[in-house]
Amino acid sequence: MPLLSRLFQALMVALIVGIATFAMMRALPGDAAWRIAAGRYGYDNVNAAAADAVREELGLNGSALPALARWMGDLARLDFGVSLVSGSPVMEEIIHQLGASLQLAIAAVLLSIFIGPPIGILAGLRPGGITDRALLTVSTAFKATPQFLMALVLIVILAVELGWLPAAGYGEARHFLLPALALALGLAAVSARVARDATEQVARSSYWHFAEWKGLSRSQVLWRHGLRNVSVPLLTYLGLQFVTLVEGVVVVESIVGWPGIGHALVHAVFSRDVPMVQGTALVLGLGFVLVNTIIDLALRRIDPRGAA
Amino acid sequence: MNLKFAASLSVLLSLSTPVWAAGDGSLDVVAAFEVVSADPTTSGTIFTNMGIVETLVNADSEGRLYPGLATEWKVSDDKLEWSFSIRPDVQFHDGTPLTAAAAANALNIAKAKPGLLEKALIADITARDGSLIVTLKEPLAALPAYLAEYRSQILAPAAYGPDGQAVNAIGTGPYRVVTMTPPQSVTAEAFPAYWGEKPQIEKASYTAVGRAETRALMAESGDAEFVYGLDPASYTRLSQSDKVNVLKADVPRSLMLKVNAAHPKLNTVEARQALSLAIDRPGLAMAILRYPAAATQLFPPSVGGWHVTALEPLAYDTAKAAEMLAAQGWKAGPDGILERDGERFSLVLTTYPDRPELPLVAAVLEQQFRQIGIEVKIDSTNSSEIPARHAAGTLELGLVARNFALVPDPIGTVLQDYAPNGDWGAMGWNNTEIVDLAKGLARGDGGDESRAKIAGILQAELPVIAIAWYQQTLAVSNTIKGARIDPWERSFGLSDITWAD
Repeated sequence: MPLLSRLFQALMVALIVGIATFAMMRALPGDAAWRIAAGRYGYDNVNAAAADAVREELGLNGSALPALARWMGDLARLDFGVSLVSGSPVMEEIIHQLGASLQLAIAAVLLSIFIGPPIGILAGLRPGGITDRALLTVSTAFKATPQFLMALVLIVILAVELGWLPAAGYGEARHFLLPALALALGLAAVSARVARDATEQVARSSYWHFAEWKGLSRSQVLWRHGLRNVSVPLLTYLGLQFVTLVEGVVVVESIVGWPGIGHALVHAVFSRDVPMVQGTALVLGLGFVLVNTIIDLALRRIDPRGAA
Repeated sequence: MNLKFAASLSVLLSLSTPVWAAGDGSLDVVAAFEVVSADPTTSGTIFTNMGIVETLVNADSEGRLYPGLATEWKVSDDKLEWSFSIRPDVQFHDGTPLTAAAAANALNIAKAKPGLLEKALIADITARDGSLIVTLKEPLAALPAYLAEYRSQILAPAAYGPDGQAVNAIGTGPYRVVTMTPPQSVTAEAFPAYWGEKPQIEKASYTAVGRAETRALMAESGDAEFVYGLDPASYTRLSQSDKVNVLKADVPRSLMLKVNAAHPKLNTVEARQALSLAIDRPGLAMAILRYPAAATQLFPPSVGGWHVTALEPLAYDTAKAAEMLAAQGWKAGPDGILERDGERFSLVLTTYPDRPELPLVAAVLEQQFRQIGIEVKIDSTNSSEIPARHAAGTLELGLVARNFALVPDPIGTVLQDYAPNGDWGAMGWNNTEIVDLAKGLARGDGGDESRAKIAGILQAELPVIAIAWYQQTLAVSNTIKGARIDPWERSFGLSDITWAD
């Protein structure tokens, strides 16, 4: 039943995103033929002849409604069309570029899980202790640092000064660590705080005290009775984080030269590549629905209060 | 739970184990241009620069033409039929031989797309007896230079899809494509059957990185051996590094103000001269571009024949500028901005951020023009707005960077821009003498004298106002030697580079 409602939600998102991007792209000022020509041929070679050629090739003189109907029809057949700039299928470009962004996002989330919650739990077990106070300072500083600055600082330290990691690039495993770390530190800053508060709360609960009273060691209590409870707010937060993460990915991608979806969307908007914009926005929109669904399902399984 | 944990851990480990070490045997090139597709019209410069594809005609660093895939060329007595002898025993990267028919196929496809060939009034391109025959509707002395342009590159017949778009960059160059991952990278390896001298370095890669600061950091960290195009601040910093050498060279590109000469406020030579006199070029070049390349005339010294040392340099004199505007009936209004018949001297300056220095220069010009009472509103937008507003007649001022070497003979650009007007050149301006001189040069009549006359007319009438000349910058790792900058931006010269061991 909840899956069905999510499916309906996904359909609505597809419909709204489809119509909205179409309307917005049409409403943008400036002649699309010129923008596409600039995207294809570069500023030295965009001229009236190139714009005319583009206009004729793509039939841009047609009216809006038939074009919208055609696009929605193609979409129903899962045909995203062809990029107006590069000429390759939109689906292919999205898979490649969204794939690159997803890899980075997943690496960042995993890395943040290994950094944030363990420190947060440690701090939450001894509120007011050294770890707790240090965490407050460091996490505030990291959260307050914009991701582009974090990326630049990491490049300067890890790539230029120490020479441990490549400054930028894409394609090999070693290229992941630096941008993922730049994103993960900001995420970990918050997830550590969330974990710390949740742990503190759990550690004050009666079932925790009962477990200690019956003679379990501190780590046994944590493993058996603490983690599941701590992970509920963490997981909820993780779902929310995906939105911030997409934002951060876009910024960090541009700094480390990562061929991701943010980069693709910005370029597509700039050169009026309508099929690319529509396809990308649609995939991102559906991505949010999917992530929320997964988090919901995971929460239902994990939450000890859940009766389902 | 344990399974998940193990899976996450293994992902993390796989990410962190290969620690970066320099010297992977590949010559890594980084520049700003994106790999859009394999088609010559979109990313053709990348494939020519990387030595993957070649043209019939080549140009040296002075812009002199020499044989490429054509061993020689000659023109008929009526100057309408050109014959290019195709180099024998040349193989494409797919193993097929280069023939005159294959070359004709590539050029006919190029001619059908927007570009210079389309404008060259070519009647016909065919193959005959091992030669490529180009038949013209009107004489064009610079045709060999047109065939040295990146869009005239010769790809194998199998490179093109049914619609004429190239889907694979199958060329004849010293390097062949191994992988191509738009929009970011191309990897290449030496082509064993190359007809010329084989490159010393076996593997090369190209990566597109849009931000100049990131490119500079990649040079500094040793990620890339050949980093093309540095921002001024990074250039200064890298020149102090002992791991990287920086190079710079004058390129035939000018930073200039395109003026709508038909605009009621700008339709006199005096008004345009006043604008020109208000620009402190040396100050602007040093502050923003950080090199002393203030323009004294439109064509930079690297554009041989067109740069005329005898021309009186463009001057900076705000007092004289104010005087000239006063003589045109302009008087200072209450806020210091000039007025005439109740109208303010206010103009919109259109520019584009594709070259990051342009909006900065626009901001300086806004200040400098205000000093003589002209108000400028900056509109930094898509680059296509310059030719689009030109076509609509709505452009007032446009700040642009113009390349005079689209073909190694600037006559190609001059014909497009000033005979009499062009999307990126003069606007609302008509000078029949320039049209005659340029067409004469195109036919092959007249020489440096005609070129100097054209430069003189442009300097006197100012349909565009030159501001600075560009330099190209390059950072190379000290692990390689033999790197240089090609002023015509046709080749990275990778074949001449060796490891410094």
